[in-house]
Amino acid sequence: MQSLVIVAHGSHLNPESSAPTYDHADTIRATGAFDEVRTGFWKEEPHFREVLRTVEGDEVYVVPLFISEGYFTEQVIPRELRLAGWDVSEWDSDGLSADQATLVAEDIDREVHYCGPVGTHRAMTDVIVRRAESVTNDADVGEGFGLAVVGHGTERNENSAKAIEYHADRIAERDRFDEVKALYMDEDPEVDDLPEHFESDDVVLVPLFIADGYHTQEDIPEDVGLCEDHTEGYDVPETVDGTRIWYAGAVGTEPLMADVVLERAADAGADLGTALDDVRETTRVATGD
Amino acid sequence: MSDPTPAETDAAAAEPADDGDASADDPDAPAVPEIELPSEAFDAVLDALADREPGKPVRFEGFSVARGTEGTDEDLPAGGADEYVLADGDRPTGMTEGDLHEALAERAAAVTDWYVFERVVGEFGPRRAFLRWIEDADGETVATRYAALAEGIERAWGELRVTARVTDRGERRYDVRHVDDAGVLVDDLDVYDDPLDARGLVTFDEKGRYRPLKTALSLAGGWVFPDLSPRDLYETVETIYPATVANWHREREGDLDVTHWRETMERQSGIYGVVKTWDRGEGYEHVNWVAEACCDDSQCLKRREWQYDDETDLDVDGGDGVFPCREPCSVVVSAARKWTRLESEQPRTYEFDLTPSEKEQVEAIIDAVADGRTDEIREADAKEGANRYRTRFLRAKLFDEDGNLGGVPTEPDEE
Repeated sequence: MQSLVIVAHGSHLNPESSAPTYDHADTIRATGAFDEVRTGFWKEEPHFREVLRTVEGDEVYVVPLFISEGYFTEQVIPRELRLAGWDVSEWDSDGLSADQATLVAEDIDREVHYCGPVGTHRAMTDVIVRRAESVTNDADVGEGFGLAVVGHGTERNENSAKAIEYHADRIAERDRFDEVKALYMDEDPEVDDLPEHFESDDVVLVPLFIADGYHTQEDIPEDVGLCEDHTEGYDVPETVDGTRIWYAGAVGTEPLMADVVLERAADAGADLGTALDDVRETTRVATGD
Repeated sequence: MSDPTPAETDAAAAEPADDGDASADDPDAPAVPEIELPSEAFDAVLDALADREPGKPVRFEGFSVARGTEGTDEDLPAGGADEYVLADGDRPTGMTEGDLHEALAERAAAVTDWYVFERVVGEFGPRRAFLRWIEDADGETVATRYAALAEGIERAWGELRVTARVTDRGERRYDVRHVDDAGVLVDDLDVYDDPLDARGLVTFDEKGRYRPLKTALSLAGGWVFPDLSPRDLYETVETIYPATVANWHREREGDLDVTHWRETMERQSGIYGVVKTWDRGEGYEHVNWVAEACCDDSQCLKRREWQYDDETDLDVDGGDGVFPCREPCSVVVSAARKWTRLESEQPRTYEFDLTPSEKEQVEAIIDAVADGRTDEIREADAKEGANRYRTRFLRAKLFDEDGNLGGVPTEPDEE
């Protein structure tokens, strides 16, 4: 029996925090690739500490719905899941290449496959592009558009910037958008000055965050100048200093994220059948007629 | 068929029938509903027998069935290789598949009970234990349970009321709703059938406020899952109160892993690492206060089993909840982080004057907020110290323009 456990941060304050986790779990459940799909949280329930005891399967894949390798994926989750003998060297990662480690979870005395975070997977690049398609409602968006991939920066976690750059570079290599830039909230190049970094009249801004919350709904819209105060709201697109900014909100809310969760489990050995194709099809942006 | 009263049910339970068919002879026994043997249950029995060696029985309450051994083993029931043998305490007899069907149909209650728990519910410990607990399957006979299920067995789980019933095919069906909605017609409630829909019911309280703690006593009502299967019942309950069944099950098995306050705080890191400094080896009164604030039965449905450490119990009652709390939760850890900061401050003496009634009013306001009663206090009820007008009057009289109580600044150098 094959089980998927998606672990995410959650929130004591913001009900939207867990919404993408539930949505992607539902998408994957509908594929039937796993006998069960469970969700666990740091700030909601079931907590990381107790989620594994709700799992029935004997092949258990744990996928962290986090953007980068760092404090949560390397310390908090393995500790709270009680992965025996965990050491970050198990992943042998350069900050982007964590794939999976198979360890006994002491809570259930069974092996689990502990996967790298979704945010650093190569398939995440496609989700960022798909997010741009969603927000512009144009499955072919690219020509005449710039793309800004935005994240925290290194202040809290050096790997955060690595993930942003990795995906920005990969998208740039595709020559789809006129310009692709990685911008940050707390270091240069800063998202505050977004129009200065682009020549294009239209720029899609995709924040590399899992869920919508304080950063994506208050910080970034105000910093970029989409609005004076987030409570006023803003249009998509919104023109700032002559640049039309298509603000996409958290990339993690894009339905195609379910694909990355599946890719992580597949890399760790899960048998998915046609689930990957199914998810790519069901989460597709309708092509305009 | 007579309608059994609860008293009759209890009387029958005290003297369990041996063969599950005693009700025919005993007028005081509960009325066992007529059960029709579904083909899937019969097929499951045949499959189970096919998976077993000849002579190795499938056991039901009061009897067992095995494939015939052709008499090759004198210790085992005979019967031809293509025959079945039914043993019910009497002499085993050989029978064809048709005979077997007839015999099992006569014992459909016991067969469907086997089918429900062995094939529908399955082995997973928490799910199986919970669904057996619902109808006391480890304590009561099939006859007693089926009679009670025909009437509807009610169980409480936190703020949930679960009603279990049996269909005339021996299937279990469950109604789950808020305990406050007991007795409300299904048509007057929002009806759901997918356990995952429960996620949308637990996110906000009845005033639309986010619920960060699923076991807080703020579950909104107005909805019902009127017709759940056994597995879907388990999923619904686990969605509304995550991991409560798993922890309850571990506790029943005698292996609940309790992690006490000290150990939990020692484990914290990052922004929560500071909490361990709150334990200064000067006692555990602060943890009593935490438990009284957060873990009281008025605040959380879980029964607190964790203590200060494995040698030091807290002085505060852990509560009476059905399901246990095995370690301080993330809400407690987060609040403790704030209290660690606040409690590092040293007390100071502030001087300002209150009338006796004003002192009591301050106490009444604290009580009203702590007990979540502010919404209940009527707008014109000036007898209530925490009444809004009374409180605004107190503020108008006692606060200076900077919001300082009694005109006394919080920091001495602000004067």
